Amino acid sequence: MHEVIWHGRGGQGVVLAAQILAESAYMQGFKGVTSAPTFGPERRGAPLTASTKISETPIRTFAQIEYADIAVVLDPSLLKVINILGSLRPGGLIVVNTPLKAEDAGIDGGHPVAVVDGAGIAFRHHLIKEGAPMVNTPLLGAFARAANLVFLEYIEKGLKWKLSSTVLANNLSALRDAYEATRGPGLEN
Amino acid sequence: MSRTEILTGNQAAAEGAKLCHIQVVSAYPITPQTSLTEYLSQAIESGQLKAEYVRVESEHSALSVCIAASSVGARAFTSTSSHGLLYMHEQLHWAAGSRLPIVMCCVNRGVGAPWSIFNDQQDSISQRDTGWIQIYCRDNQEIIDTLIQAYRIAELVKIPVMVCYDGFVLSHTMMPVEIPDAETVDAFLPPYHAHTILSPEDPRNINPVTFPWRRADQDGVMCDGYMELRYKLQTALEAAGETIAAVGRDFAERFGRDHGGLLWRYRTEDADVILTGMGSIATEATMAVDALREQGIAAGVVGLRVYRPFPKAAVREAFRDARAVLVMEKDISYGYEGALCSDLKAAFYGTEISAPIHNVVAGLGGRDVKARELAEVTREILDRIAAGQPEGPTTWLNCRTDTLTE
Repeated sequence: MHEVIWHGRGGQGVVLAAQILAESAYMQGFKGVTSAPTFGPERRGAPLTASTKISETPIRTFAQIEYADIAVVLDPSLLKVINILGSLRPGGLIVVNTPLKAEDAGIDGGHPVAVVDGAGIAFRHHLIKEGAPMVNTPLLGAFARAANLVFLEYIEKGLKWKLSSTVLANNLSALRDAYEATRGPGLEN
Repeated sequence: MSRTEILTGNQAAAEGAKLCHIQVVSAYPITPQTSLTEYLSQAIESGQLKAEYVRVESEHSALSVCIAASSVGARAFTSTSSHGLLYMHEQLHWAAGSRLPIVMCCVNRGVGAPWSIFNDQQDSISQRDTGWIQIYCRDNQEIIDTLIQAYRIAELVKIPVMVCYDGFVLSHTMMPVEIPDAETVDAFLPPYHAHTILSPEDPRNINPVTFPWRRADQDGVMCDGYMELRYKLQTALEAAGETIAAVGRDFAERFGRDHGGLLWRYRTEDADVILTGMGSIATEATMAVDALREQGIAAGVVGLRVYRPFPKAAVREAFRDARAVLVMEKDISYGYEGALCSDLKAAFYGTEISAPIHNVVAGLGGRDVKARELAEVTREILDRIAAGQPEGPTTWLNCRTDTLTE
């Protein structure tokens, strides 16, 4: 089973990203998928997490993730606020929304780090809500590239399933842009 | 054609309720049930579901509306959690006493004080003695399937059914759910024909005052007294177990999914140690059992689906060969032990079953229950049993009893 934990802030579309990944994985053929928000109340701007579990077989655990295989960070300011590495297994991949290079992202502990300028891409593709860039779709693109688990074409299908037609085109182009722009181990080009 | 979607527990319940052609919905929002009523409200507003949504000021009124609706022959649905269910308490008795086939979802949540919006099963367990059938679901597929079964059961035995599932753990977790096709559900669940229809053309006095003695009605016909009516509810509940099992078998034949009827088993064929529980904790226990088996411990799970009527004969059969029993539950009967543990012990009384029975209270107020922890506590308890301790105090799993404040 692959356990993915999403870190972001209330209003960033964290829960939606976790759902779209689960849906995409199921369409790709994984029999077991779950996605869940942090259980409890949500507040706009407050740190929150969501989870996606992906398995070849139906999933029989609904417990919270203890140590994720992959962490996705939508808001890099959380790296200073939340012990993100504390819920990531040793050697687990971390995907971060940042304009910085992976080695400058300030992540210790020998984790492979993938980076994408999700905010920049969101602005370029007009993914803006209440003045803020919506980085969940770009980070899904970065996830597809860096994790090599759920492929880009299925994430595209997941977006088509979840998003309304008015916003779909911009999201698809942002997804592909982020996929190409993601940098990390084995992705230098 | 059935179709598979990735749904939360609350979405699965709403899809199930829609397939049952519910005619009246009355509910009051409370976390974590709220989104279920929102989905139904949207379905009614959009015309997708032809039903009346009666808005009320409280859960007590919500169930009162369902009682009235069911009394005039409508298929009625409500849902609630925690304090909402407790606020319904009086009407729970009234619905069961009136023998009305209302179905409700109880999205299990802890009870205050102190406030908690998170999951345990204290809410529905504390309503155990209201005369309702209670069925607990282990995942979201079982929620939609159980809801469809629930109306069939309720209308056959004329007893209301509470479909219970864990708040957040299932209600807010998305997973693949096969939504049955409408025609198959229609063939399985015929339209509701009320046993008594209250209408202006045929005025009746329903549930009048009964006396300790039997009395003739206005036509001179001798009627059951209060005690006879209570006896009929009790015997109907006892007999309902067979109906629940039969409905489960029929469902399995038509839909291809067998949830086990009264209870389900996982790797119990050669199991020495049986872990048991209701709802998602039993699902988690299956993962613990896989881990225990890798360590050479022959463990299995019996998941209780039906808590009332208590499936005495089925549990006697399921636990017959157990050499140790661990009862894992998200409730406590204060001053004694977990309610399920007491009921199981009572069911074993006078039988050959003499296995040590240990009670584990877990996950109160939403504390996460991990398979790893269930496996660890099983090993600890097996060590205690091996050391000659057949019975022990209730274990509070993952509860920091060592650092309690004054």
